[in-house]
Amino acid sequence: MNNLLNTIPVNDYILLSAILFTIGVLGVLFRRNAIIIFMCIELMLNAVNLLLVAFSTLHNQPDGQIFVFFIMAVAAAEVAVGLAILVMVYRNFTSVDINVFNKLKW
Amino acid sequence: MVVVSKKPVHSVLYLIFCFFTIAGHYLLLNAQFLAAVHIIVYAGAIMVLFLFTIMFLNMNAEVEPHKPILLKVSAVIAAGLLLAVFTGVLKGAEQIPVISGDGQIGMVKNLGLVLYTKYMMPFEVAAILFLSAMVGVVMLGKKDLR
Amino acid sequence: MTQLTWLIPLLPLIGFLINGLMNKRMPKQLVGIVAAGSVFISFVLSVIIFFEVKNGDGQAITITCYEWFSAGNLHIDFSFLVDRLSAIFLLVITGVGFLIHLYSIGYMHDDEDYARYFAYLNLFVFFMLLLVLGSNYLVMFAGWEGVGLCSYLLIGFWFKNNSYNSAAKKAFIMNRIGDLGFLLGLFLIFQSFGSLDYSTVFSVASTWQTGDPTIMAITILLFIGAMGKSAQIPLYTWLPDAMAGPTPVSALIHAATMVTAGIYMIIRSNVLYMLSPVSSEFVAIIGLCTALFAATIGLAQTDIKKVLAYSTVSQLGYMFVALGVGAYTAGLFHVVTHAFFKALLFLCAGSVIHAMGGEQDIRKMGGLKKHLPITHFTFLIGTLAISGVPPFAGFFSKDEILAHTWAHSMPMFIILSITSVLTAVYMFRIYWLTFHGNFRGSAHQLGHLHESPPSMTIPLICLAVLSTLGGFIGMPSVFHAPHLLNGFMIPVYSHFEVIQEPAVTHRFEYALIGVSIITLIIIFIATRNYYVSKGKVPGEDASFGPLTTVLYNKYWVDELYDNLITKPLQWVSKNILRNIEIHLIDRAVNLFGGSVNFASNTLRLAQTGNMGFYVFVMVAGVLALLIFKLII
Repeated sequence: MNNLLNTIPVNDYILLSAILFTIGVLGVLFRRNAIIIFMCIELMLNAVNLLLVAFSTLHNQPDGQIFVFFIMAVAAAEVAVGLAILVMVYRNFTSVDINVFNKLKW
Repeated sequence: MVVVSKKPVHSVLYLIFCFFTIAGHYLLLNAQFLAAVHIIVYAGAIMVLFLFTIMFLNMNAEVEPHKPILLKVSAVIAAGLLLAVFTGVLKGAEQIPVISGDGQIGMVKNLGLVLYTKYMMPFEVAAILFLSAMVGVVMLGKKDLR
Repeated sequence: MTQLTWLIPLLPLIGFLINGLMNKRMPKQLVGIVAAGSVFISFVLSVIIFFEVKNGDGQAITITCYEWFSAGNLHIDFSFLVDRLSAIFLLVITGVGFLIHLYSIGYMHDDEDYARYFAYLNLFVFFMLLLVLGSNYLVMFAGWEGVGLCSYLLIGFWFKNNSYNSAAKKAFIMNRIGDLGFLLGLFLIFQSFGSLDYSTVFSVASTWQTGDPTIMAITILLFIGAMGKSAQIPLYTWLPDAMAGPTPVSALIHAATMVTAGIYMIIRSNVLYMLSPVSSEFVAIIGLCTALFAATIGLAQTDIKKVLAYSTVSQLGYMFVALGVGAYTAGLFHVVTHAFFKALLFLCAGSVIHAMGGEQDIRKMGGLKKHLPITHFTFLIGTLAISGVPPFAGFFSKDEILAHTWAHSMPMFIILSITSVLTAVYMFRIYWLTFHGNFRGSAHQLGHLHESPPSMTIPLICLAVLSTLGGFIGMPSVFHAPHLLNGFMIPVYSHFEVIQEPAVTHRFEYALIGVSIITLIIIFIATRNYYVSKGKVPGEDASFGPLTTVLYNKYWVDELYDNLITKPLQWVSKNILRNIEIHLIDRAVNLFGGSVNFASNTLRLAQTGNMGFYVFVMVAGVLALLIFKLII
């Protein structure tokens, strides 16, 4: 079990990560509920994390994992702020449908 | 499933499930510490936050109108192309040799060593980031801003 | 002392700056003192320099002030050339200029814009001095343009009157037309000789062949400039209109100095003109035609200043004839004497106008002899001088020119003699009509008549003395007295043998003198008879006979120019170009604005505010970037 990548080639991990990411993108594009969109963004972040860890194992260096660590931290902060904004918006619009947020137009 | 389920709460639950699987992958890849942190932070904190907000805003049973078909089709095309690009990368790529090492890189001790020596600065900055995020959230959460 | 030559133009320039900048903050006496004083000091310096030059060997002394610019092969220094020619001109300009400044102190006394007037006058003296002192064609051209500018400023001095402004514009524009020729000549000079410096140009030119076409082109082009500046046909019509300016201005600029700039230029370039007999002939013919033409017009004018203006044009024609036949010294002589008596005549006219309270029509004058004694006497001297009565100044200079012309070609001599006769006739006509007979003006004017103050009469007397004695610097050889001017001017013609003495016999000289004296006596008696005894005063405008009408209307040359040139130009600029401008240029400019408008109108539609749309665009953008990176 020394290195999983001896058994599962790294290409597969790249593929997996790509699929996850694409699903996330689809989610962002498809849904109109703002919260769902947030969650899809989290999904995308996770895809990237996965890829990073895979490569860190490939090169046998801890740097990738450190980076993932920071990404997680940033993601946490971002979610907190994003949800706060969302709540704020809900207070004003009583809806989280993104099509309602179109006041910033010409 | 996250993407397609109708009720947001269901989406959250599915996402938590996703996180667990990804944590499993981390374990497989010798990133034990990360796996643990992943579950604690993501599945534990962030998703709970999401659930809080959903419950708060009571948007559980919601029927949201669909987007126009054109947009959906174009979205599918765009995402499909994205996927194609990502995988196309693999086409001509050479196999990178796997560097074997002991499975210790994921251990807390090793990670900590690297974190506190090489990445000291980002660590501190991350702390400040959290501070500002907290302040921001509190500010944003007030009822009326004076 | 020649090293201080740069002081001579500098002092009037300082006077201009002081008077111009202080304008109404200085008391009037101070303005007058500053202005006249600066010219007077320049005059004193000019006298000193004159004596130095006279006692020197006659070689030209160059004083370089600084290097003006150098571009490529062209190096121009701002430097002055002092030799006998410039010394004489210096004396005339500063001397007559000073007297006119003195006169103006009295004449313009009641005017509001006193300081501005003297500022312009000083500026004019500065530019004129620059013109004659320059050691290369470019400094001369700077002075040339500058005097044109000052002429414009001074003619239009009373700018509230629109017709004066038009006269000023006309003067300036006609000058400019001439200047175009002058500039082209300068370009050719530079191209042929590689420099604009007098010494270089003349020494190189003297090695060239006579009749070279380039030199012919150069001299004709330079002469076109002189045509504009010195009012020859066809660019002379500005001079009579320039009488709209104050009379001392007419005296200084349009009698004594500016109009002689062309003469100076030709005398200075005598090397070039000697090398091209064709253009010399051209100069002489134009001068001849102008002299005759203007004299005929002067016969029928009723405005005293206009008569003097046409007289100036005619006398300038004389000078050009002299230059054209190669008698450069004779031309210079006539310039000097003409400066004296023409300035005198103009100043007397100013005195008369001042006494009459602004009236300039001789039909309203008459019998002013007893009211204006000094003016009358000096005017008489001026008239005698211009008509060529011995021993006054005009006699000697005119005689010399006539003698040279006889030696050159017979028809020219005949026409020139006729012109002399006409000159005498119109001058005496003015004299009799203004000062003799009965007073024909209104009673109000009669009560106003008074002799001018001393500040005006003293210059008159000085000029009268000069007109009387000035002739003695150029006595013809028949009188067995040295021709001082000839001897003086020899070094100026160092490169060529210039005709000094007219190639005529002594017998011819005596005959000429005799005939002219007799003719003048006849004219004197005949005009006195006609105008005084018979009292034939020119009638109202409508009552002129056909010949007189033609002459009175100046052969309708002005109208011809107007219809031929001015009106078409105005038509072109107004109609066609306005159409082009409105339809073409405005459209083009508006197109720019319109396109920006259109673009922004289109692009703002992208701001839908729709979140999903934004995200989609983001994804599409990322996608495009990736594809771009991969494929290219």
